Amino acid sequence: MVDTQERPASGDMAAPATSTAIAVNGGEAVAYALRQIEPEVVAAYPITPQTLIIEKFAEYCADGLVRTEYINVESEHAALSACVGASAAGARAITATAGPGLALMFEMLGVASGMRLPIVMHLCTRALSAPLNILGDHSDAMAMRETGWVMLSGSSPQEAYDLALVAQTIAEHPDVMLPCANLVDGFMVTHAVERVDVLPDDVVREFVGEYEPETSLLAEGSTATYGALDFRDYYFEHRRQQEAALYRSQPVVEEALKRFGEISGRSHKIIEPYMMDDAEVVLVLMGSAEGQVHAAVDAARDAGLKAGALRIRLLRPFPTEAVAEALSGARVIGVLDRAIGFGSVDNPLLSDVKSALWDQSARPLTKGFVYGLGGRVVTLGQFNQAFDELRTVLETGETPGDPTYLGLREDGEVPA
Amino acid sequence: MTQPGTESWRDVPAGGTVLLPGSTERNLTGSWRTKLPVIDFDACTHCMICWVMCPDSCFKTAEGTLQSVDLDHCKGCGICATECPVKCIEMVPEERD
Amino acid sequence: MTLKLRDLTLLDDGFESGHGLCAGCSESVIVRQVLLALANEPVVALATGCLEVSSTRFPDTAWKVPLIHSAFENAATSASGIEAAYKALIRKGRMADRPMTFVVFGGDGATYDIGFQWLSGALERGHKFMYICLNNEGYMNTGIQRSGATMLGAWTTTTPAGDLVPGKPQWRKDMTGIVAAHGIPYVAQAAVHHWKDLMTKVRKAEAAEGPSFLNVFAPCDRGWRYEPEDTMAVSRLAVETALWPLYEIVDGEYKLNGPRHKSKPITDYLASQGRFRHLMRDREPGVIEDIQANVDREWARLRARCGLEPEVVKEAPVAASAD
Repeated sequence: MVDTQERPASGDMAAPATSTAIAVNGGEAVAYALRQIEPEVVAAYPITPQTLIIEKFAEYCADGLVRTEYINVESEHAALSACVGASAAGARAITATAGPGLALMFEMLGVASGMRLPIVMHLCTRALSAPLNILGDHSDAMAMRETGWVMLSGSSPQEAYDLALVAQTIAEHPDVMLPCANLVDGFMVTHAVERVDVLPDDVVREFVGEYEPETSLLAEGSTATYGALDFRDYYFEHRRQQEAALYRSQPVVEEALKRFGEISGRSHKIIEPYMMDDAEVVLVLMGSAEGQVHAAVDAARDAGLKAGALRIRLLRPFPTEAVAEALSGARVIGVLDRAIGFGSVDNPLLSDVKSALWDQSARPLTKGFVYGLGGRVVTLGQFNQAFDELRTVLETGETPGDPTYLGLREDGEVPA
Repeated sequence: MTQPGTESWRDVPAGGTVLLPGSTERNLTGSWRTKLPVIDFDACTHCMICWVMCPDSCFKTAEGTLQSVDLDHCKGCGICATECPVKCIEMVPEERD
Repeated sequence: MTLKLRDLTLLDDGFESGHGLCAGCSESVIVRQVLLALANEPVVALATGCLEVSSTRFPDTAWKVPLIHSAFENAATSASGIEAAYKALIRKGRMADRPMTFVVFGGDGATYDIGFQWLSGALERGHKFMYICLNNEGYMNTGIQRSGATMLGAWTTTTPAGDLVPGKPQWRKDMTGIVAAHGIPYVAQAAVHHWKDLMTKVRKAEAAEGPSFLNVFAPCDRGWRYEPEDTMAVSRLAVETALWPLYEIVDGEYKLNGPRHKSKPITDYLASQGRFRHLMRDREPGVIEDIQANVDREWARLRARCGLEPEVVKEAPVAASAD
């Protein structure tokens, strides 16, 4: 087999001359975006690895660089509760959290989406307890998938910044009016210092505009009752309406990403293909392992495998058609899960991808991989191993049912 | 309580927000009642104790005088009769068809 | 400004009839009094509870003022978010600066128990809001279960009066004192039957520079097992027996607003409600003595905090025990 596809250079458009390059970690990149957005209310509670965001933002408040009311709440549940109150009051409200903090917020995740409040959350993805673990994986984000939020996932500090801005416009779009989460991989992105091209403040402010809700608690003459009891006579209708709004958000996300590309020169898509034009064997992933996965694709291609990778940038609503289309030429698909879906048919991302492929006339073979739980070091070798296994599947036409656990200590083996 | 409307799921107010202030008025809770407050207006001093202590906002006033009881909503609790300082309210059994 | 009922009848109380609260419920009476007493435009935050499910059922609402309910435990935090939004929107020139009052209504379950942390956080942060606890001593919305506010010996569905355990085994939390320990500018106890005292306190709370808290005694005819017409009478007995003294704490200074002397034994109060019937049937005389001892202890402490001399006990309110 011959590698016929050109490898793209990183970044497919030149950044506008007005951008400024700064060296920051992912947490500070999000805080920088928050300063530029200057929301009316930020409510957050410290938790590793999210604290970088709120500490930096607290400095902006202390220095008078923003007119935001920063509420130092007493828990994550209160963080999102305060955002619910503020958002219903007509304010732009933002929070940030991680892992166990998200778990504590759980009740309010559904309240925020059910009440159709366009709160934005920066979720610094982290393992869930027990055992206690402060490091990165996607257990928290995957547990959030069915709470009705739009969920975006980046892979770098640059994307953490970019998606922080884009998330704001998606959530508040009149066709959507749903909360939106920006998934920032814990430690691998939050704590990684990289070059981040930031836009000028005025360009950001024009891009995000102001939040102008139709009704609010503080509007002159308001008599709205938010959060009423909804019984068997109307609850079903409201849930159906909420579901429709979430699906309706996909074209809004695509349009927002396009509009952001025009001002930034960075054209993000809802899915991020790599070497996919002729790919027969593909690894699907979400988040910060992208660089290593791309390197593994390159290595596999050097070894004669038509390899490719597909990163999911929009986790919810899951871009079913786009994923099916992107994978339509593949014969073997491996899906990398950084979480376990305990007791499910498949782990979370594999489950989504397989569902998206079910209606294809020629369904490819699929195989699950689990990697990087609780901050387990993610290596190029793990993804090389994954491609080796996928090559075997391609050659034999058989796929084992159980996932492969990359980097896990098995009996008598030293992990890759 | 209120019957559901015939509107499609597409047309119900988003997020369950209620935009009809005071609309519970259409719920005629007077049907709960087994006893009925009857006011002896000759004895009434218009002190408004009944008005302030009514859980169902049923005592109707005009220019500082008591006018009537809203029997569409009065649940017949009898607080008014118990608390009236001049005992000019009597609870009598409700007669229904 | 003096409060006259005839003047108040000229106002719109902002809470409509047709809600689903039980006949004789004290909660809507308190809500009406609070809304009538306010000088500013209110925004209301509700905790989940009887008041919320009975007054806001889509597509209807009893309220004619803006209101939000989001969950059981976090109404104080809803108010935190609203107050923060108010300040920031004015600061950014996005809304006109007009005086508004943020009022929370939560039951004793929402206040003493599940929402304790949320309330404490909001008080400590100093948001300017008024928290009204509608204290009916239990989880009435879910069917009369005990809370941290339920008093010793009371029957509830989770503290049934059994052969071994005669109702709730514990006394109750001094929530008013706990809130006062946050050092907020205005804290008070009020009761539904004393409209003038309650409305005066609402006005003081609204004028306070910071958070304020009113713990309002709110008898529940359904859960306490008395006839609906006796709601005010039961409330009055709680004050007369010193079970629920009316007082306020203004910038840390205690002041008694209600009677200075306990005029009735606790048995008068216990006899007024079916939830204490098992005690009054003389199955558990020791419990009644314990209740009286708790009332006396708290009453003596409160009087001391108010700078009053210890009360001279003229008679033993309960028959002496065997020893």
